[in-house]
Amino acid sequence: MKPFLALLAKELRGFFASPLVYFVGAVFLALSGYYFYTNLNAFITFGFGESIVEHLWQRLYADIVRVVITVIPLVTMRVYAEEKHLGTVELLYTAPLRDFEILASKYLACMSVFALLIGATVLYPILIYRVEAFDLSHVGAIYLGLFLLISAMVSIGIFLSSLTETQLIAAVFTFGSILLLWNLSWNEAAVPGDWLGLVSQICAYDHFEPFARGVVDLKDVAYFLALTTLMGWLTMRSMESRQWSGRR
Amino acid sequence: MIQADHLTKEYGLFRAVDDVSFRVERGEIVGLLGPNGSGKTTIMRMLTGFFAPTSGSCSIDGVDIRKDPLQARRLIGYLPERVALYPDMSVQGFLSFIAKVRGVEGRVASAVEEAMDVCGLTSMRRRQIGKLSKGYKQRVGIAQAIIHQPQILILDEPTVGLDPRQIVEIRSLIRTLSGLATVLLSTHILPEVSVTCRRVLILDQGKLIAEDTVEGLTEKTAGRGETSVRVSGPEAAVLAAVRETTGVESAEVTERARAGILTLTVRSRSGSAVRSHLVRVLVERGWEVHEVSPRLLSLEDLFVEILERSGREERTA
Repeated sequence: MKPFLALLAKELRGFFASPLVYFVGAVFLALSGYYFYTNLNAFITFGFGESIVEHLWQRLYADIVRVVITVIPLVTMRVYAEEKHLGTVELLYTAPLRDFEILASKYLACMSVFALLIGATVLYPILIYRVEAFDLSHVGAIYLGLFLLISAMVSIGIFLSSLTETQLIAAVFTFGSILLLWNLSWNEAAVPGDWLGLVSQICAYDHFEPFARGVVDLKDVAYFLALTTLMGWLTMRSMESRQWSGRR
Repeated sequence: MIQADHLTKEYGLFRAVDDVSFRVERGEIVGLLGPNGSGKTTIMRMLTGFFAPTSGSCSIDGVDIRKDPLQARRLIGYLPERVALYPDMSVQGFLSFIAKVRGVEGRVASAVEEAMDVCGLTSMRRRQIGKLSKGYKQRVGIAQAIIHQPQILILDEPTVGLDPRQIVEIRSLIRTLSGLATVLLSTHILPEVSVTCRRVLILDQGKLIAEDTVEGLTEKTAGRGETSVRVSGPEAAVLAAVRETTGVESAEVTERARAGILTLTVRSRSGSAVRSHLVRVLVERGWEVHEVSPRLLSLEDLFVEILERSGREERTA
């Protein structure tokens, strides 16, 4: 346990001792604050008295997901790529550590960054609740969905970071991948009929949308957990491949 | 103890390491000598479990690195070829991270102090690694390799890129470590092995072409009995005089410096006797003698020598 905690502390330090995470945090909070203000304004102007879930929270958190998608690549790009670039992979992978411990420390460190960022947005429902009480379970479902969505997308970012030693390449591919995953089924008419089922099964939006409505469906939870697990598995295989290919 | 059995590593069609077997006994200090690209780093990466061999196996104190990697890695201290450090960590912070990851129980702080002390890093403890000179970075690399007091030390080119004073320091550091651990180090510099190692494994193009003690190696390097002479004088007369000297087999001018100084390479059976003859002959003629010295073989010459020898042995056998 002790070596793992040291590893986790090192990963956290890697984030919080460098300025990047603070800039990312500032941009994230500024944008999500702006979306909160504008969505609230729209709700008051056009939808007051209507369902607060449908007309405020659902829209606000869809906007926040957009910001999350923008910042995830900036957080995950370094996790493996930097170690490969510095050559420190060779230190980690010749120390008496399990490959899984290394992956878990990196995943947990990324998730802690987002726990802080997403945690700060809890302020918005608190503010509204003080003015007018509403059903908190809806917002709770949204946060569960957000957590699962971020977990899956962070895992994609970590996997892509394990494929390269150039952080920027990892970031670009991560952004492209998670944006596509989110938007895959946006125009159902563009998808041939037989494929629609499959496409909406794959699309992250279709699995997040029930949470935004306050509905927690086990199959959506399973989707995000499966995606996280699959990406973790791929990351382990990708890091193992050095042993055979001779490339770090 | 390090044991390598028929280690082979192929990258696609390229065979980087070809059926290499050797054994390093407890407490020994052994050099892996070979030119760049001869497979030294690949062998070390297989010994530390970073790469998997295409075939063959290796074990550390009897623990197979593939079958029980965690246990085997616990026994090893490893300095990778390209010293890999986190530039934004302090020396002390980095070493205590490595100590914890390496499972140094309970006494992390004292282990860090000890490693810094041995490697002369105490005054640099708070310095950011990225701001250290190359020599100090190398010391941090060695400190992280010895922090858990491993029984086996694997050092990949420990003195590469250092200035001469740092090289002397690192070599003496390695010698002090040799009492505590089994050491395997790699180098492409011939004199390095004779200074630090007791035994040497010579690699060429992924093959182990010779295994020798340092004494044996020194004999081989001096074996050709070549002498280098630097003298001022008329070329033809000097050459004629040298060729007539007793014991000289052949002589040729290899360099003509502007100040009229000639450099000759003289071949003979017995080096030392010829050198004293040569000095006398040249001084008697009134020529200024700048240098008469045994010409040691370079690594490349040594390879030629070894390959020629094994060729001769094959023919006579």
